[in-house]
Amino acid sequence: MGLVMGTFSLQSKQMNYHKDKADDDLEMTVVCHRPEGLDQMEAQTNFSKRELQVLYRGFKNECPSGVVSEETFKQIYSKFFPHGDASAYAHYLFNAFDTGHTGSIKFEDFVTALSILLRGSVTEKLQWTFNLYDINRDGYINKEEMTDIVRAIYDMMGKYTYPVLKTDAPKQHVDAFFQKMDKNRDGVVTLDEFILSCQEDENIMRSLQLFENVI
Amino acid sequence: MAAGVATWLPFARAAAVGWLPLAKKTMPKPPVDNTSRSDEILYVNVSGVRFQTWKNTLDRYPDTLLGSSEKEFFFNEDTQEYFFDRDPEMFRHILNFYRTGKLHYPRHECIQAFDEELAFYGIVPEIIGDCCMEEYRDRKKENQERLAEDTEANESTDAPLPPHSTPRERLWRAFENPHTSTMALVFYYVTGFFIAVSVIANVVETVPCRPPKGKVKDLPCGEKYDLAFFCMDTACVLIFTFEYLMRLFAAPSRCKFMRSVMSVIDVVAIMPYYIGLVMPENEDVSGAFVTLRVFRVFRIFKFSRHSQGLRILGYTLKSCASELGFLLFSLTMAIIIFATVMFYAEKGTASSTFTSIPASFWYTIVTMTTLGYGDMVPSTIAGKIFGSICSLSGVLVIALPVPVIVSNFSRIYHQNQRADKMRAQQRFRQAGWLRLANLTNESYFLDFTENCSVFQDRDSDSTALCVKNRSAFEHQHHHLLHCLEKTTNHEFTDEMNYSELCMTESVGFRTSRSTSLSSQQGAQNNSTGCCPRRVRRRAAMRLANSTVSVSRGSVQELDTLQFKTTTIPHQTRSSLNAQPDNLKLNCGEQDFTAAIISIPTPPANTPDESLPPSPAPIPGILRNTQATAYTHESFKISSL
Repeated sequence: MGLVMGTFSLQSKQMNYHKDKADDDLEMTVVCHRPEGLDQMEAQTNFSKRELQVLYRGFKNECPSGVVSEETFKQIYSKFFPHGDASAYAHYLFNAFDTGHTGSIKFEDFVTALSILLRGSVTEKLQWTFNLYDINRDGYINKEEMTDIVRAIYDMMGKYTYPVLKTDAPKQHVDAFFQKMDKNRDGVVTLDEFILSCQEDENIMRSLQLFENVI
Repeated sequence: MAAGVATWLPFARAAAVGWLPLAKKTMPKPPVDNTSRSDEILYVNVSGVRFQTWKNTLDRYPDTLLGSSEKEFFFNEDTQEYFFDRDPEMFRHILNFYRTGKLHYPRHECIQAFDEELAFYGIVPEIIGDCCMEEYRDRKKENQERLAEDTEANESTDAPLPPHSTPRERLWRAFENPHTSTMALVFYYVTGFFIAVSVIANVVETVPCRPPKGKVKDLPCGEKYDLAFFCMDTACVLIFTFEYLMRLFAAPSRCKFMRSVMSVIDVVAIMPYYIGLVMPENEDVSGAFVTLRVFRVFRIFKFSRHSQGLRILGYTLKSCASELGFLLFSLTMAIIIFATVMFYAEKGTASSTFTSIPASFWYTIVTMTTLGYGDMVPSTIAGKIFGSICSLSGVLVIALPVPVIVSNFSRIYHQNQRADKMRAQQRFRQAGWLRLANLTNESYFLDFTENCSVFQDRDSDSTALCVKNRSAFEHQHHHLLHCLEKTTNHEFTDEMNYSELCMTESVGFRTSRSTSLSSQQGAQNNSTGCCPRRVRRRAAMRLANSTVSVSRGSVQELDTLQFKTTTIPHQTRSSLNAQPDNLKLNCGEQDFTAAIISIPTPPANTPDESLPPSPAPIPGILRNTQATAYTHESFKISSL
């Protein structure tokens, strides 16, 4: 009986040790980030002071430490698409938001991207989208990158769709895209080709204006 | 709605720009949010204590009083603030819930007061945060037990008899509560006396008396005064039998009475006598007869009707059955282990008393309970070592479950004390001291009912407003999902329809239907790629519901939505929900919950452009409104 109690106490000691180690780790990783001044941000983005205030209040409430990690980002985005798997697309989005490649999104990144998407000019929006599609940031969108993106988007739809999702639907979509965008048929889409093709497409132009009043 | 999802929705919608170049068709128009964008500070005055908060904070939970238009009823035009005549201390916690998303339970507050406040502000208690949930549950359970006991105590005993009670009922009451009438009291004491007499007689008849003249050996008194003891026994048994039969006759439910513990004890107490009468006086069965006489000692248990303490003890033992079981089990384990060890340790010795392992059981028990009779003693060194370990561990094993049993006993005993106190207070109340307070309550009640009827007229308006309040987020979220559908040229559907589709497609049935929503929009509409017209599709989102993992403390509200079909054929699409879940941010240790919302599409006949920006008669989602509905079933959705 005493042996049993002895072994139990040994176990608990080990657990305590692990917990202490975890505590140390935790202390080191709790980073508090403060954004730069409100005036600076107002100058750099297209938001007014009030809008920045509202945005920051919401952001700070969700994220007291001031940064969003990729995991969290994926979780948040997945909330809106409960049917499918939004993690792949969220990953690409995260990289598009995280312009400094720091591995976490700060409030400035957040606001900068929102400013472009909601208040930017058509060229800026298209440029941002190009950046999103260009996964390796080499200035060209090739078929593999596009296929990844489109597959990620289709993943968000989930399994139960109408009409039934065929396995080559992404591929077809990508082919159609390249048909439209790749002017010189060299297999890649550059930024200029992209912007030019989008500007020719009325649907896209019209849709771009729809998102202006989101905030 | 949790702040979590609502805050991130604009960002999710902005990110939808990334889909635009891929979409073949134009995106649908977004819903226009007519609510004022600029945030304002609201003033809330709770019994003189002024609280201030952003309007957005309160709007996070539109299903509560403060988040919905219900608070307009409390708006004071003169002071331009919302006035609540409630407890300001409690309100602090309520407001913190809006701010942080977690409801905390203050430990020093009365649980009923807290519950009442929550009910007033329209907050479901299930959302109490994990940190305070356990305490809340414990207190609530305690309170409920208390209430149950009080009602039980009220129903039983001291209440006056109903006017038309049969003699049988009166008899039963007399048996159960001797205090009610003098006859019952007399009977109670008489039976008590005879139980004592019977027990003492049993004891005394084994005491050796002086032998009668002529004999040398001492005789037990039972044999010397055989006749006297027999007469006494007969008298006692007669009384007990009479009592038992009367109880049996008076019992409201005879089967239940016969199965109850006390009746079993009664039977066991009197049966040996009758069996003894019936049995003949031959040698074979007299051994068995002697055994039966042992059962006469059970008469002492009849005292438990007379003593409350005994009943409490019995009840405690019953309620601690699991702890006792554990104690027994661990003791058995230890006994077997140590007995085995001792046996093999002492095996070599010549004149060892440890003849077998079962023989060692006795030694182990005596040692573990620290009795130490000394009839079996180890002689080898190994035996002595193990013997000492055995006695030390015995102390520990027995000491562990005892505090649990003690605390149980204490709790039950205090509950019983409380019942007595409650009874005393009831008598005080009935004496009329509180009659004055009751009167004032009555008049207050009259005023209140008058006001209620006034409120009811305004109900329809408020529900319409409620509709608008709640659906802004849903409109926007739905628009987002709509855009995704447009981008991929596929539609969301649910599991059932999907399997139907799979079947119909295999048969070759193709429906060329045009979408309702996008029919007016783009000129290029493929017949296959559009949202088809479906008549009365069921919109049960089992998928979303099955993937919901709702942690205990974080479900904000559970709405049961009642859906009924209408005669108007509606083109519907499947409803879509955003997932509720625990949203754990890496940065903080906060938990959030996201919204799960059921959004049926607007009626499909109207084209998108001509849709009013926020379709006010949006059917379906709302509680308690007569929405045109989409499904037969009602299903639970967590909405925030």
